Order: sequence, then structure tokens, then C-alpha cells
Amino acid sequence: MKETILSVKDLTISFQTLDGKVCAVQGVTFDLKKGETLAIVGESGSGKSVSVKAINRVLPQGNTLYEKGEILYNGCNLLELPEKEMQKIRGKKIAMIFQDPMTSLNPTMTVGKQIAESIVKHQKLSETEAMKEAVNLIDLVGIRNPEESSKNYPHQFSGGMRQRVMIALSLACKPEILIADEPTTALDVTIQAQILDLIDELKEKLNMSVIFITHDLGVVAHVADRVAVMYAGRIIEVGTAEEVFYYPQHPYTWGLICSMPSLDTEDENLYSIPGAPPNLLNMPKGDAFAQRNAYALQIDFEEKPPFFKVSDSHYAATWLLHPDAPKVIPPEEILRRYKTFKSFNKKEKEVDVYDASIACAGE
Amino acid sequence: MTQVLPAQENREVVLKIRGLKKVFNPGKKGEVRAIDNISFDIYKGETLGLVGESGSGKSTTGRSIIKLESITSGEVTYKGQDISKLNNKQEVLKFRKSMQMIFQDPFASLNPRIPVKTIIGDALRLHKICSTDAEVTQRVNELLDIVGINRSYANRYPTEFSGGQCQRIGIARALCVQPDFIIADECLSALDVSIQAQIVNLLIKLRKERAITYLFIAHDLSMVKYISDRIAVMKDGKILELADADELYNRPLHPYTISLLSASPLTDLHKEKQRKRIDYDTSTHKYPEGTVAGMYEILPGHWVYCSAAEVLKYQQQALSASDMGN
Repeated sequence: MKETILSVKDLTISFQTLDGKVCAVQGVTFDLKKGETLAIVGESGSGKSVSVKAINRVLPQGNTLYEKGEILYNGCNLLELPEKEMQKIRGKKIAMIFQDPMTSLNPTMTVGKQIAESIVKHQKLSETEAMKEAVNLIDLVGIRNPEESSKNYPHQFSGGMRQRVMIALSLACKPEILIADEPTTALDVTIQAQILDLIDELKEKLNMSVIFITHDLGVVAHVADRVAVMYAGRIIEVGTAEEVFYYPQHPYTWGLICSMPSLDTEDENLYSIPGAPPNLLNMPKGDAFAQRNAYALQIDFEEKPPFFKVSDSHYAATWLLHPDAPKVIPPEEILRRYKTFKSFNKKEKEVDVYDASIACAGE
Repeated sequence: MTQVLPAQENREVVLKIRGLKKVFNPGKKGEVRAIDNISFDIYKGETLGLVGESGSGKSTTGRSIIKLESITSGEVTYKGQDISKLNNKQEVLKFRKSMQMIFQDPFASLNPRIPVKTIIGDALRLHKICSTDAEVTQRVNELLDIVGINRSYANRYPTEFSGGQCQRIGIARALCVQPDFIIADECLSALDVSIQAQIVNLLIKLRKERAITYLFIAHDLSMVKYISDRIAVMKDGKILELADADELYNRPLHPYTISLLSASPLTDLHKEKQRKRIDYDTSTHKYPEGTVAGMYEILPGHWVYCSAAEVLKYQQQALSASDMGN
């Protein structure tokens, strides 16, 4: 069992807006283990960015209300830490890559300087040493002519290269946790693939834990060890990548998987989830997904489903898993995936049995 | 070199593009060859997917076809009419009545200060499809029904809608003139996954019901494959490969297409973990001066941008790929 490095418990965050209180995150709970990549998937407005921004406390201070919950890192609750202490963690221990590489870099500073600034601040190196370190980092993320490039301004780089600069910047202090908030959404597929590989490679090299936020299931499949699916401010399913991809339980996860055509989808009509995500200002009673859910039960409209355990690592918040719930047949694509999951697990079980017999013989 | 693409038998060519070039800031320091001599046909009722990375010139191609950009040289012929010869407003209006565009950003392409019924209604009045207010209201309601927006929302402003709904309004506006040809320029990329599927199904439904021809511009390969009959791959202002959708995916020939396909993430976990990315060397499609390079038909209907000397190489590659398939 790997050691847990960060644990978020029952996090509830709301924003004060002119229209009233918006509850963006409701009771989100997850753990991050050392060296793993946790992917958080969801549509825009599902609260995935808000949850992770809370970890680094970079949400707007004026109107954010941390209503409930705690974020434990090394035994201390980050939400209660004074700002001074938080500055020692933010960027140094927990670093973040943002979605838009253009707006998150300072356009009036050379990229080398920007990276060096963070090194000077956190590692107390001299400016020349920091600059040398910055050049090393630029080299590490695969930008050609690091020496030259460090003297360039952000606008002189392409989108993909700028995102690499962002990564170099976030790695400046060798963080333990890297939070990547849709780092490839603004990029082309070829560049996206390079950035994903780069994050993966650096994760291994520096033994980081990564929280990866995305809405693209293909990207999730590429990077994730574990996956959490969010909808309307709540995590609705969490499990290992294998479990979520091949044995999904929540109808929303089914919908997400089915509505993305793979390169060999031939069906006449693409499966689509009807309607749109609910307005967070006036959340419906019961399960937020019920209105769009073809498999909704009566109880979905009345009461929020709790988490049901599927396996030790796999939980889903849907009443369909309740022992009294009627059996439903998921979409065909999902059934195909169930088959794959079963065949895969059978093999594993056989291995288990085999191992057990050896153990018995040994005794 | 202008290549001549033979028309496929029994199929009516709606849009014919020959040697299209678009240069921004010609002769100046910041000269950009956005489109560099491309030629292709679009047949009646088909969906041609145009894929490529940002900066490859795919949007400029769409905008040039519908005359939102002037073209530097080349020929765009729509239903037998050279569109560069359309000069006065009346002619352009008539042309746009037949060809419409759906834009990438659903919010930016709708005027936030006027309600939906005016956004769609103005288009109806401009094209003189309806004259009285009652007619306009009725037609707007019909259009909202088609794209799946509640009629009672007609008085609302664009900001009151979600991205998916705004995109539907954009589609309704494009449909109001009953076009035969729609250019969809990255119309899905600003939308959430669950909404993308709804819009794709809507586009497919419209194609079935109204025999609309689409030029579908996108960078998401799996979506393009799903919706298109044929696909053209663009890079640096050139079309590097053009083939039937299945053919292109099963037997990509140009190294860039192969690289692009290998970079596209898959939603199947096991396949994705095994996926190997193939890098592309951009010098492949840059030929030294004097070499004649152009689109060559390697297999029937499968075109690749290469030099005359490379044709044989690609043909062999195609043959060995099909051998492997068997």
C-alpha cells in the first residue's frame, strides 16, 4: 500500500455572487498516493478546477467560502494555515500548471527570469545560480537551445513551447505534488501527446504525485492510475483507471464514455446525454444528474445517492448499486467493456490461484 | 503546378477548388502563406473533413471559400460559378443564401445585445425570406424547433444560454436561408463532451433530412472520422493527404497523417497504454526548389502530396499495407 501524501476530506466550497450563493464543490473526498497520477474528469462547471485550486488556496479571496472539510498535507490542514506558511508550500511543495499558457506567464519578463524568480524565492540561491538552474529546467522540458531560449519572452514561443515553459516553472522547486489543470486543452494533438509524455517522464524522474484535470477521456487513459469523475460539484465515481474505463457503474460515466467516438465507432447515431448540466444556483433536489439520466429511479429525484462500494478501490454514487434497485442494462458499448474487464480479471484470478497453489506446496 | 483531379463518376461536384492560395501581408516582412496551392472537390451531399493543427490553414480555407477572406490566387467554383467574380452585394447575398458557416466560438459569434429572435430574424429579413413580422416569428419558431431550443426562449439574449445552446442558435441562424452547403469551422471544440455528441447528431440529422453538404473543419480526429465521408489532412497550408475516411484511418500513407493518427488519444485504456507516438519530420513535405511536387493519386481516390519520384514508394507502401490487412 502506497503512502497517502494528500487527502481531501468532505471539501465544500461556495462562492458569493450577485445572484446568490453558488455551491461549486459539495463534499469532495479523495486521496492522492505517492507517485501516482489521479485524473479528475468532468465537464466545465463540474467543480474540478475549484477543488484543486483550493488545495493551493489560489481561489479569489473575497468571495470564496470554505464551508466544510479539510485538506491534509503532511498532517496539517492547508485550509487553516496562515498565508505566510502557505507561501512556503505553494509552488515549492505543491505546484500547478494552468490551462492557458499565454495568460499564466508574465509577458514582460523573459522566461528564464520568471523561472529563476521562483528558485530565488524558494531555494535561496543567488540570481546567477538560479539562472543556471532555470536553463537546466528549460533543457529538461525539451526546449531547444535552452541558453538562448531563456532570454526570450513568452510571446516568442508557440503554444506548446509556452506550456513547456509553464511546466519548467512549476518544476523549479522539485515539488512533491504537481497539479495540472487542463494543461493540454489549448494544444494540438501532436503537441498534446508530447506534453503528456513529458509530464509522465518527469513524474517518474522526480517521483512526483500528479493530479491531472481534464475533460478528455483519451487523455485520462494515457496518464491516469486512478480516475475520479465529477458532476455538478460532486465526485460521482472513483476507481482505478481500469475500473472506471472497463467497469463503470454510474450512468453519467457511461454517457461520457459512449459520447466520445473512438476511431472505429460505426454506429448510426452517437450516444449523447440529453440536456445540459444543472445550474449550480438552484440545484435540483436529489441526484443532480437525475434529469438527464435515462436510468433514473424514483429515488434519484428525492434523495442524493451515497457512495456504494464496488471494490476496495472503486466507489460510485448511484442508487443503481443499491441491493433493492432494479437491474438495468447499460448501453452496448459499456457491456462490451464489461466483457473486457471480466476477461482481464479472470486472467488475474488465475494467476492468484496459481500463486496460492505454490504457496500451499511450499508449506 | 496545377493538378487536375478527375471527377469521380456519377457524382456531382458542388465545390471545385483549384490552386487556391492565400498570402497574408504579401511582400512584407510578416508574409504568411496561409494556404499554399491547394486543390480539391466536394461532391454533392458528402461531408468532407478537414483536419490539421492550428496554423495549418484549415480555417482560412473555410473562410476563403465563403468569401470572408479574399483569395490571393486560384479558383473557387461553387455550382459552376467562380466566386471570386461575385463583386456586388446582391450577388454575394445570393451566394451566401446557398452557403453558410457555423463558427468556432458560440459566444463570440452571436451579438450579445440582441435577443435570439432578432439574431435569427435579421438574417431572414436580410435575405428577404420573410417580410412581415408574423412570418418572421413563425419561421424563427420553426428553426428553434429544428435545433431543439424551446420556443419560449426566443426573447432571451445569448448570455442567458449555455455554450451548447448558443451553438444550436448559431446552427439555426445558418439554417434559416435553407443552405445546401455548410462550413462548420471547429464548431465542437468549445463545447463539453456530452454536448458535442448532441451537436454532431443534430448535424447528421440535418444532413439526412436536407441533403446538406458539409465542409467539417476540426482537429479532433475521432469526431472527424465519425462524421466525414472523406478527409483531407492539412499542414503548413498544403493538403498532404486526401482519401475516404475509412481508407485514411486504415491505410494512412503520408508520414504526417501517420504521425497525427498516432498522437490522437484513444478512449480504450489498454489500446491507449500501448499506443506508440510517431514523430513527424516537417522537412518531409518541403521539397528543394525545382522539384515538382503535387497531389498524386496513389490508389483510386487516395491522394498524397509528394514528388513524382516518390509516387512509386507510396504505391508500394499502400500495397504492403493492404497485404498486412489481409
